[in-house]
Amino acid sequence: MTTPSQKIRAKVIGVSGNMVSIEVPEGALVQNEVAYVHCGDEHLKSEVIKIRGNTANLQVFEDTRGIAPGQDVELTGELLSCELGPGLLGMIYDGLQNPLRLLDNRQGFFLKRGQYLPAIDQAKKWKFTPTAKPGDIVRAGSFLGSVQERHFPHQIMTPLGLIGTATVELVRPEGEYSVRDEIAVLKDEAGKKTTVTMSQPWPVKKAMKAYAERLYPEEMMVSGVRIIDTFFPVGRGGVACVPGPFGAGKTVLQHILSKYAQVDIVIVVACGERAGEVVELIDEFPHLTDPKTGGSLMDRTIIICNTSSMPVAARDASVYTGVTLAEYYRQMGRDVLLLADSTSRWAQAMREMSGRLEEIPGEEAFPAYLESRVANFYERAGFVQLHSGDKGAVTIVGAVSPAGGNFEEPVTQATLKVVSAFHGLSRKRSDERRFPAIDPLDSWSLYLKQLEASLNSRLDPKWVEMVTFCTSTLRKSAEIGRMMTVVGEEGVSLDDLVVYLKGEMLDAVYLQQNAFDDVDQATPIDRQVKDFKLVYRALFAPFSFKIKSDARRFFARLQDAFYQKNYTREGSAEHKGYLETIEKLLVEGSAA
Amino acid sequence: MIKAYNHITNIIGDIAELDAQGVAFGELAQITNTNGETSLAQVIKIDRERVSLQVFAGAKGLSNGAKVRFLGHPMQVPFTADLLGRVFNGSGKPLDGKPALFDAPVIEIAGPSVNPVRRIVPRNFIETRIPMIDVFNPLVESQKLPIFSQAGEPYNELLARVGLQAKADIIILGGIGLKFDEYVFFKHAFERGGVMDRTIMFVHTAADPVVERLLVPDLALAVAEQFGIEGKRVLVLLTDLTAFADALKEISVAMEQVPSNLGYPGSLYSDLASRYEKAVDFEGAGSITILAVTTMPGGDVTHPVPDNTGYITEGQYYLAGGVINPFGSLSRLKQLVVGKVTRSDHGSVMNSMIRLYAKALETKKKIAMGFEKTADDERYLKYADLFMQRFMDLRVDIPLEQALDLGWKTMAECFSPEEVGIKKADLDKHWPKKD
Repeated sequence: MTTPSQKIRAKVIGVSGNMVSIEVPEGALVQNEVAYVHCGDEHLKSEVIKIRGNTANLQVFEDTRGIAPGQDVELTGELLSCELGPGLLGMIYDGLQNPLRLLDNRQGFFLKRGQYLPAIDQAKKWKFTPTAKPGDIVRAGSFLGSVQERHFPHQIMTPLGLIGTATVELVRPEGEYSVRDEIAVLKDEAGKKTTVTMSQPWPVKKAMKAYAERLYPEEMMVSGVRIIDTFFPVGRGGVACVPGPFGAGKTVLQHILSKYAQVDIVIVVACGERAGEVVELIDEFPHLTDPKTGGSLMDRTIIICNTSSMPVAARDASVYTGVTLAEYYRQMGRDVLLLADSTSRWAQAMREMSGRLEEIPGEEAFPAYLESRVANFYERAGFVQLHSGDKGAVTIVGAVSPAGGNFEEPVTQATLKVVSAFHGLSRKRSDERRFPAIDPLDSWSLYLKQLEASLNSRLDPKWVEMVTFCTSTLRKSAEIGRMMTVVGEEGVSLDDLVVYLKGEMLDAVYLQQNAFDDVDQATPIDRQVKDFKLVYRALFAPFSFKIKSDARRFFARLQDAFYQKNYTREGSAEHKGYLETIEKLLVEGSAA
Repeated sequence: MIKAYNHITNIIGDIAELDAQGVAFGELAQITNTNGETSLAQVIKIDRERVSLQVFAGAKGLSNGAKVRFLGHPMQVPFTADLLGRVFNGSGKPLDGKPALFDAPVIEIAGPSVNPVRRIVPRNFIETRIPMIDVFNPLVESQKLPIFSQAGEPYNELLARVGLQAKADIIILGGIGLKFDEYVFFKHAFERGGVMDRTIMFVHTAADPVVERLLVPDLALAVAEQFGIEGKRVLVLLTDLTAFADALKEISVAMEQVPSNLGYPGSLYSDLASRYEKAVDFEGAGSITILAVTTMPGGDVTHPVPDNTGYITEGQYYLAGGVINPFGSLSRLKQLVVGKVTRSDHGSVMNSMIRLYAKALETKKKIAMGFEKTADDERYLKYADLFMQRFMDLRVDIPLEQALDLGWKTMAECFSPEEVGIKKADLDKHWPKKD
C-alpha cells in the first residue's frame, strides 16, 4: 500500500467518452497504473493506458459524466490488481473484483459509480494450520500452511511475485486469523524481512508463473457433453473456443460445462453479455450439486460479471481478473476451468479504446495488437507442475460471437490460431434444433491425436480408431444426404442409403444431447464409453436389407431404442430394457 | 453557476465547438441562435479549453455568433404521473399542444446499470392474443425482444397490437425516425384502444434533427425505469432501432471516429446493449419489458444492426411476408413459463406443431420439385393450410388456452395420435375424442 504522501496528484485536461487525459506537473507516471479521478465526492477508478511526456490517457472504469478539466487525479503507482486469498469461492464479482452482493446491501438496485469494496471478507477468521517451519527455504508460491475454504484446503502461499528464495523466520501457530493478520515472516536473500498475510495482490495483466514447469496436457477434461468428450476433446490445461452466431446455443453450452465439467473449480466470466444469463446461474447454482464434492455447485464457482450495460473498460479488466483467479487456484494444485463468454465483447472493448486513442486501425477497426492480446490471454492456460511436485491446470474455453455468424472475422481468426480445439456452432444445426449445435464436420480438436495414448489406455484400447471411423461415416453420410436432396431417395443405392441412415442415427442419438433433460444433459465418461461402443457396433455392423423401406423401418426402430435409452438412468429397468432391444435389433439387422 | 459564451469557433456537422472553462463532460448547454431560436446541446468532448457540443436541433442555420449558456447539469426528463397521456419530442418538449411540465421533479437519463444480483429470474407470461407469439414464442415479463422485419412489413401494426393487448400498467412508446403517418397511426391506435391515459409517447419524426433521435430511447427508458421502481409493470415499445443506429453512425462519422462495419461505430454493440439492458424485473418492485422494431436493410439478418441486436436480446420475432415466421423466431425465455405458468400441455403442442409444420413445408418443397404425391403428403399439405389460416394469419386474435385447444383440434383433423410425437399423458388428456 502507498501512503498518501507518496501519491502523485495530476489534473484532468480532457474527456472523450470513457477516456480522460491528464497532466502531471511533476513525478513519474507508470504505464497501466491505477488512478482515481476525483469527480466531486466520487473517486472514479481508472488505468493509465498511454503516456506522452507529462500527459497521459486514462481509461475510466466508470461512467465519465461530470468529469471536468481541472479536477484532481490521484495516481497510485500500483498496477490493476486482484486480491487473492481465502474467501473467493462462491463470490459474484464485477470486472474489477467488487463483490456485487455486498454492493447490493449498500446501494440497492443500481450500481453507483465510484464505490469499491474489498474483494474478500477482511474480518472473517479462518482456522490456519501451518505446514512450514522457521528455517525452511521457500520460493514464490511455496505453501506455508492452509485453511479450509468450503470443500478445499486453501493453501496459504508465500508472495507469488517473490524473486529468488527466502528463509522462513516465523510462522504463526495453528489458530484463527483474518486475511489481514500476519501469518509468517520471511527474510529474503538480501536480508530484508517481509510480513506475509493470508491475502496478497497480483497485477491482473501479468501471467502467474510460480511453478516448476509447464507440461504437455496429459489427459482430457471431461465435460459431460458427448460430442465434445468423444469427438472433440479438450485437454486438461488446454484451450478451446466456441464460436457461433446468436441463438445457436453458446450460452446454454457454457452453462452445461459450468455445471458438469469434472474439475475442482469453475470460474465463469460473463464479459459484456446479458445480465439475465448470470441471474440464471446465481439462481440455480446454490441448488445444484457439485458432481465432484457433493456440495453446492456455488461452492466451487466464482462468477465475474461485467454485463453489456456496464462500462466497457471494466469489461477489458474482467477477463484478466478471471484468468488471474484461475491461475491462483492452479498454484495450489487445483484443476480449474475458466469459461469466458464472450471474448468478442472483450475485443470490442479493446476496439473502442483503440479508437479513442486514435490508433491506426487494423481489420474491421480492431487494433493491430488484437491477435497478440488474444494469444497472451489463452497462453495463460496450461497444465503445470509446481515446485511441490503437485500438478495443477487452467483450462480455458472461450466463447466467440462472430459478427454475422461469419468465422472469417478478425476475432475468430485470432482465436483459432491459438486454441487447440474448435467447437464451431452452426446456424443450420440450431435451426434444425440439433443441439448442441456443434458442427461435427467443421469442428476439430488437436487433442484427439495429442492425447491418443492416454485416451486409449483410459477409455478403450481402440478408442481413437473408433472415433475416427465414426467421423468418416458422418462425412460419407452427409455427402449421400446432399446427393439425395438432388436425386431423391430413388437415385442412391441401398448400400448408400444404409450409410446415410447410420450417420443420421449417430447424430440423433449420440451427438445431439438434450440440455433440458435431467438425465441426458450430461453423460459421465464411463457411460459415454459404454454408449459410444454400442453405437459404434451399430455403425460398424454389416447390415443388409432387401429393400430400402426395410432399411428405413429398421433404423427408425433402432434409433428410437437408442434415443429412449439416453433418457433413462443407468441401472434402471427401462434402461436395461432398451439395451436388450438394441442387442436384439443388432442381431436382427445383421441376419436380415 | 451559469456560464455564458458569445462565440462558437467551429461548426462541423451538428457539432459546435467553442472555448469554455469549468465545463463538465455530459453537461447540457442552451444555444440561442442570432435569430432567437433555441436548442439544447450536450458536451461530448473536452480537450483542454476546447469543448465540443452536440446540438440537438441540428446545426443547420446556426451562426457562430450564437449565445451558449451552460446549464450545469446533464440531460434530464421530468418525472411525474402527469406524464401519462402525453406526447413529447426527442428533447422532451410537448408535441400535443399542452403545457410543458416545468415544476415536475426531474430524473437523469441513461443512468447506471442495475446490479445483476438484484435482478430476479423472469417468470410471468404476457398474453398478447397472437398465437404465433403466445403458443410458439411466448413473451415473458422483463424480456427484451426485437421484431426483425423490413420496410413494407406491418411491424408497427404488430407493435401497436401487442401494446394494446398485453395488459401492461404503463405503455411507453419511443418513436425513432417515424414517418408522420406512423406517428398519427400510433396515436389513433392507442386512443381508439382506450389506453392513452396510461401511455406516454416520445416521438421523433424523420423530419426532426438527427441528434434528437439518439435521445428518444434514453428518455423513454429513464421514465420507464422510474415507474418500474415504483412498482409498475411497464411495456416499452421502440421503433425503429435501425434508425437509431443510423443516427449513431452519422454522429460518429461527424466526430471523425474510425468506423468498424459498414460505417457504424465500434461501440454499436455497447450502445444498443446499454438501452436493451434496461429491461428488468426488479426484486420487490415493477418491471420493464422492451419490444423493439429492428428493420433489416435488404432483409439481411447479418447486417450489423440486426446482428448485434440478436446477440443482445432474448430472442427475436421474425416478421416476413406479413406473418411471424416460426423458424426464424425465438423466445429465449420461453422455457421459464411454458408448461410452468401456462397449461401443462403447452410444451407438447408447441414442439409438435412446429415439427409437423417443418415436415409439411418439406413436403410442399418435394411436391414442387415434381416428386409424386402420397396420401401422407396430402395430410401434411392440409395441415400446412390449416396452420397458416388458424395460427400464422396475423388477424387471428384468441387467448392462449383457446389457441392450444385449436392446436389439438388441428392436429387431430390431419393426423392420428401416434404420428404427432406427444407423450401419452398429454394425449390422453387433450386429444379430441371422436363423436
